Amino acid sequence: MGRTTTLSQFQVQTDGYYGKFGGAYIPEMLFPNVEELRQQYLQIISDAAFQAEFQQLLHDYVGRPTPLYFAKRLSDLNNTRIYLKREDLNHTGAHKINNTLGQILLAKRLGKSKIIAETGAGQHGVATATVCALMGMECIVYMGKVDIERQKPNVERMKMLGAQVVPALSGSQTLKDATNEAMRHWINHPHDTHYIIGSVVGPHPYPDMVARFQSVISEEIKHQLLTKEGRENPDYVLACVGGGSNAAGAFYHFLDEPSVQLIAAEAGGLGVNSGKSAATTVLGKTGVLHGSKTILMQTEDGQVVEPHSISAGLDYPGIGPIHAHLYDTQRAQFYAITDDEAMQAGLLLSRMEGIIPAIETAHALAVLPKMQYKPEDLVVICLSGRGDKDLATYMSYPYESA
Amino acid sequence: MIDNRLTRFFKQTPHPALTVYCTAGFPTLHDTVPILESLQTAGADIVEIGMPFSDPIADGEVIQQSNQVALQNGMTIKTLFEQLQGFRQKVHLPVLLMGYINPVLQYGIERFFEHAAEVEVDGVILPDLPLAEYEREYLPLCRKYNLSAVFLVSPQTDETRIRKIDDLTEGFIYLVSSSSTTGKTQGIQAEQINYFERIRQMQLKNPKQIGFGIADKASFQTACQYAEGAIIGSAFIKAIAQSADLPASIRQFVQGLR
Ligand SMILES: Cc1ncc(COP(=O)(O)O)c(C=O)c1O
Repeated sequence: MGRTTTLSQFQVQTDGYYGKFGGAYIPEMLFPNVEELRQQYLQIISDAAFQAEFQQLLHDYVGRPTPLYFAKRLSDLNNTRIYLKREDLNHTGAHKINNTLGQILLAKRLGKSKIIAETGAGQHGVATATVCALMGMECIVYMGKVDIERQKPNVERMKMLGAQVVPALSGSQTLKDATNEAMRHWINHPHDTHYIIGSVVGPHPYPDMVARFQSVISEEIKHQLLTKEGRENPDYVLACVGGGSNAAGAFYHFLDEPSVQLIAAEAGGLGVNSGKSAATTVLGKTGVLHGSKTILMQTEDGQVVEPHSISAGLDYPGIGPIHAHLYDTQRAQFYAITDDEAMQAGLLLSRMEGIIPAIETAHALAVLPKMQYKPEDLVVICLSGRGDKDLATYMSYPYESA
Repeated sequence: MIDNRLTRFFKQTPHPALTVYCTAGFPTLHDTVPILESLQTAGADIVEIGMPFSDPIADGEVIQQSNQVALQNGMTIKTLFEQLQGFRQKVHLPVLLMGYINPVLQYGIERFFEHAAEVEVDGVILPDLPLAEYEREYLPLCRKYNLSAVFLVSPQTDETRIRKIDDLTEGFIYLVSSSSTTGKTQGIQAEQINYFERIRQMQLKNPKQIGFGIADKASFQTACQYAEGAIIGSAFIKAIAQSADLPASIRQFVQGLR
C-alpha cells in the first residue's frame, strides 16, 4: 500500500496511520468486519441521505448545537477569557452520543442488527444503549467490574434503556478489559453485529471514523467564536484524553491552524511516579493494543500495565493513535493531572459557575492554573460531560477544605 | 525456499499432524521444555509454544488464564529463549512460537527472529500482525533466518486473501474452524465442513491444519479428514492445568486422540 498525503499531516493517511501510529493489528477473525468498515465508512458518511438523518438527529434528538458559554467568573479568576463548550448539555450528558449516533446509522446501512460496546465511565455505554433504543437494536455493553461499582447510576440507566450490561472480570476489571471482552464478543459474532467503539482507539478506520463524528465539536466552536468574538480561532483548546475522542473532536478543525495551541489533559492518578497513574505519554512507549500502534503503558517485556485514575473514563493504558502522533510531533502539549487536582477543579467549577463536571472533564479544567495566558487570549475548554454519575465519588472525596 | 523441520514434516509424513499448543511457563515456570519432551514421547507431531500476553483478545478463558498464570510465574520472551537453549539435543519435533505482536515489538523484531533461529525453532505465528506489515518488515527476516510464518484463515476470509496468504506462506495454513475465540467446543458442524471443503477445493500450495474448537478424538479425527492436521490448545491446557504428573497426563491426553 502506498502512502499518499491527504489533507493534513495530522489526519489519517490512506494506509491507516497517523505518522508512526495507527494501523490495524487484529486477528484474522476480525479482519472481514474491519475491512468492510474500512471500505465503506467514507462513502456512507459522505452520503447525502446519511448526513441529512445524522444532522437532523444531532439537532432534534441530541440537542445540538451545544452552547459555547463564556465563563465570566472562571475567566476573572484566571485573568483571561475562557469559553466552555457545553458537551455536558447533550442528551445523555456527554460528547459520547455524537459518535454513537453516527455509528449506529452506519451499522444500519451495513445491515447489522446487534450492537456491542465497551464502557469505562458508563457514558459511552449509556450513549450506545440510548441510540440502540432509538433504532430498536439489541445492545450489549461490556463494563469492568470495578467500573460497574464506581459508576452505578450509569449502569442503572443502561439497564433502564434495555441494554444488557456484562461485567468484564479479567485483568484490572476496567476499561481495557471491557474492550478485550467486546472484541472477543465480536470475534464470536461476526455476521450480525457491529462494535461501536467509544473513543478514537481500535484498528483503522475506527480512530478516524470516531474523530469525524466528534468533529462537530470544533466545527461549532469555529462558528460560535466567529459570532461572539469575530474570529474563528481561539488561542488555546483544552480537553481531557482517555482514548481521546472529545479531544479529537475539539481539536479537529484546528489541527492545521498553528496559531491554535492544543492542550491535552491525561490522568496522572496519584502522581506520575506513584505507580498508580494513567499518564500514557509520560509513562508509555510505542506498542500495540486493541488493534492499533500507539503510545502504551507497558512493562519492559511488552505486557500492558494496569493504569489508575479516579476517573473511570480516563483509566486506560493507551491513547488514540492521533494523539500519539500529536504528542510525537509536539503539535499538542500534554499535561498529567492528578486525581486530587481534578477533584479540586471539579469542585471549583461547581462553586464558581454552577456546573458540576464529570471527573474526566475536571482533568481538563485542572490544566487552567498551570498555564500562562494573556488577558486577551481566548481559551476554549471542551466540557465533555456532566458530573451526575460522579456525585458519590465527589461527595466521599476527602477534600481538605470544602 | 524455507527448509526446516516444519516444511520437511509435511513433505515426509504420511499421517495427519497432531499439533499441540502449550503456554510457555505454564503450569509452572520451568515446565516449558519438559512438556515439549513429554509431547514428543507421547507421539505429538508439532508443538506451538504460546508466548503469554496480558491482553490476548483472540483467546477464550482457558488460554487467557494460562497466560495470566505464566506471566505471574515470571515468563518473558527472554526467559523462554533461555529455557530453549539446547532443547534441540532432546526435542526433534517442529516447534513454532505463537504470540501477540506487542511483546515481540518490545523484544525487538530482528532480535526476536535471530534468537528464534539460534535456539532452532522452526516458525512463528503472530495472529495480530497485519499482512502488509509482514510483507514489508517480517518476510525478509523469515527468509534470512529460515523461519516459517503461519497465518490464520477464518470462514469469513475471502478467496483473494486466502490466495495471498497461501502465496506468502511456507509452512502451513491455520484454518480457524469457526469464527470464535479459542476454547469453544461446539464440535464440527455441517457449516464448518462446507467451509473445509471449499478450502480443499482451492488446492492451495500449503498444507492446512484446522484449529480452534478441536478438543477430543472425535473432533480431531473429523478435522483430519479435511486437512493435513489439526491443532489442539485449550483442551490440552485444561488437561495439564491441575496435573500432578505431567508426563503421565500428557501421554494419556495424546493417546486419547489417536
Ligand atoms: C465525560 C467524559 N469525558 C471524557 C471521557 C474520555 O473519553 P475520550 O477521551 O474518548 O473523550 C469520558 C469517557 O468515559 C467521559 O465520560
